Amino acid sequence: MSLEEYKGVFIFAQQVDNEISSIALELLGKARNLAESLDEKKVTAVLIGSDVKGLTGTLAEYGADRVIVVDDPALKDYRTEPYTHALASVVNEFKPEILLVGATAIGRDLGPRVSSRVHTGLTADCTSLEIGDFPLVAVPGQEDKQKHKQLLMTRPAFGGNTIATIACPDFRPQMATVRPGVMQKIEPKKGATAEIVEYNPGFEENNCYTKILEIVKAVSDVADISEAKILVSGGRGVGSPENFKLLDDLAAVLHGTVSCSRAVVDSGWKPKDLQVGQTGKTVRPHVYFAIGISGAIQHVAGMEESDIIIAINKDENAPIFDVADYGVVGDLNKIVPLLTKKLQETIANK
Amino acid sequence: MKVVVCVKQVPDTKGGVKFKPDGTLDRNAMLAIMNPDDKAGLEAALKLKDEYGAEVTVVTMGLPKADAVLREAIAMGADKGILVTDRVLGGADTWATSSTIAGALRNLDYDLIITGRQAIDGDTAQVGPQISEHLHIPVISYAEEIKVDEKAGTVTVKRQFEDRYHMVEAKMPCLVTALSELGEPRYMTPGGIFGAFEKNEDGSDKVTVWGRNDLKDVDDSNIGLKGSPTVIAKASDKVKKGAGEKVVLDTPEESVDYIVSKLVEKHVV
Repeated sequence: MSLEEYKGVFIFAQQVDNEISSIALELLGKARNLAESLDEKKVTAVLIGSDVKGLTGTLAEYGADRVIVVDDPALKDYRTEPYTHALASVVNEFKPEILLVGATAIGRDLGPRVSSRVHTGLTADCTSLEIGDFPLVAVPGQEDKQKHKQLLMTRPAFGGNTIATIACPDFRPQMATVRPGVMQKIEPKKGATAEIVEYNPGFEENNCYTKILEIVKAVSDVADISEAKILVSGGRGVGSPENFKLLDDLAAVLHGTVSCSRAVVDSGWKPKDLQVGQTGKTVRPHVYFAIGISGAIQHVAGMEESDIIIAINKDENAPIFDVADYGVVGDLNKIVPLLTKKLQETIANK
Repeated sequence: MKVVVCVKQVPDTKGGVKFKPDGTLDRNAMLAIMNPDDKAGLEAALKLKDEYGAEVTVVTMGLPKADAVLREAIAMGADKGILVTDRVLGGADTWATSSTIAGALRNLDYDLIITGRQAIDGDTAQVGPQISEHLHIPVISYAEEIKVDEKAGTVTVKRQFEDRYHMVEAKMPCLVTALSELGEPRYMTPGGIFGAFEKNEDGSDKVTVWGRNDLKDVDDSNIGLKGSPTVIAKASDKVKKGAGEKVVLDTPEESVDYIVSKLVEKHVV
């Protein structure tokens, strides 16, 4: 493998039902940012699906200089084998230096299969990516062996207890799956265009092709908490599903959304879609209210990037106070309804 | 029908995480358990044994003490265990791990391979799909339900996504990665625990130990630390975000005034 042949930052532009997934736009934002530190500044989106050519405009507006489109009826709904064939073929043909994939239910299946096929490393569920040196500090006497402009991939492990930075110095592309909700999209540039390259490696059924017998979409009118600007999040301390009414009222006044901790989902009080944390969603709203949430490390891992964290808890020693910008020790049953009322008045007076 | 379940012995993270001076995990210093998703996969395999009389083989790669998770699996009802252990296999990333396990699986007959979706130590979810690629067999990840049609030679899996599920059919042999939702693992039986340490009728142990030389069609460049494309640049305990202000006020009214003043100060309202 001649590493120098591999150039440019590529992202897998995930689409489902011919709609670009939010993670694809987040990856484009990060790719733009990484490319600034590299010699090759071109950012390429790889769009895979059936009848998806209409989606290239969005990718251009969110930062793609080039879109490689693999369009084939075999790619209508996500299946591991044809998608792996498509993405691995793009890698072999276009030789990216970096390939980013969302750590979604699709990406966490596709990423490893592609990395095995093209024989390169893959770092899972990254929460931070940057360009830097490997080793981070040169070994004395071996300064010439230190590699520059490498992708340094940072990820939590052990349920968020540890954090590791990983490099892939001798193989290309440097591949990472990236947690949804962590990277920032750029402001879309209306009317931006990208170079479009159509590429079809040919799809022939083999033993690895699966058949989709049925697709059942969850009927859910639940809000997407990862898009919310204000989250009012409740934990076990809220006490009962009925008592979440207090949080609903507060959220309504602030035009926010209610979310919750894992304990609440495990108790069956709220659906899993609303769960913040390691096994739920990563959120970074402008304001995060942690109400009756103790603040287990797995929960904190999913919300600590919020701009402002306000915690209300009766336990003075709750770990949530270690991450809160403003912590109030007290009874949520008394504080939250009053807070709602006071905010109503404050907003009405403006 | 032959089912192989891949399991991993993992540190129980509830007991806290320990490191060696070089930044790698000190697994010896932590309690060891069978990875929860793998255990759900084992339960699914044991159900196939109950239903179809499937033979269930459990494979693990790890330190010699990983023998314990194989004995546990046998005590739950698995037929035999294979422990892949060798110094030269240590320090493997997911690529080298999957290439090693694939090398072990090539020695076995299987219709279905089940792995857990992900281990609670690495949380990567990569080894299952990577094994399937090395073996050139189909993979269905994130299984909530597994049904087998022995006659047709197919497996049908309820495959979970964020907002939907697919019912997916694959030809066997096939690899499936199991979610904990697959089912509550059964307990070991007292007779099973006893039996797990008894010899087979021919005098052989129920757990077979394989080393590097027992792996089939695996190049030296694809195992252990040297066969790992990814390298750790830095590992550390997570640095906590600095705490802000914490107030204990006498009345709820004061608490509310405090919060509202902060929201006004930050232009939220």
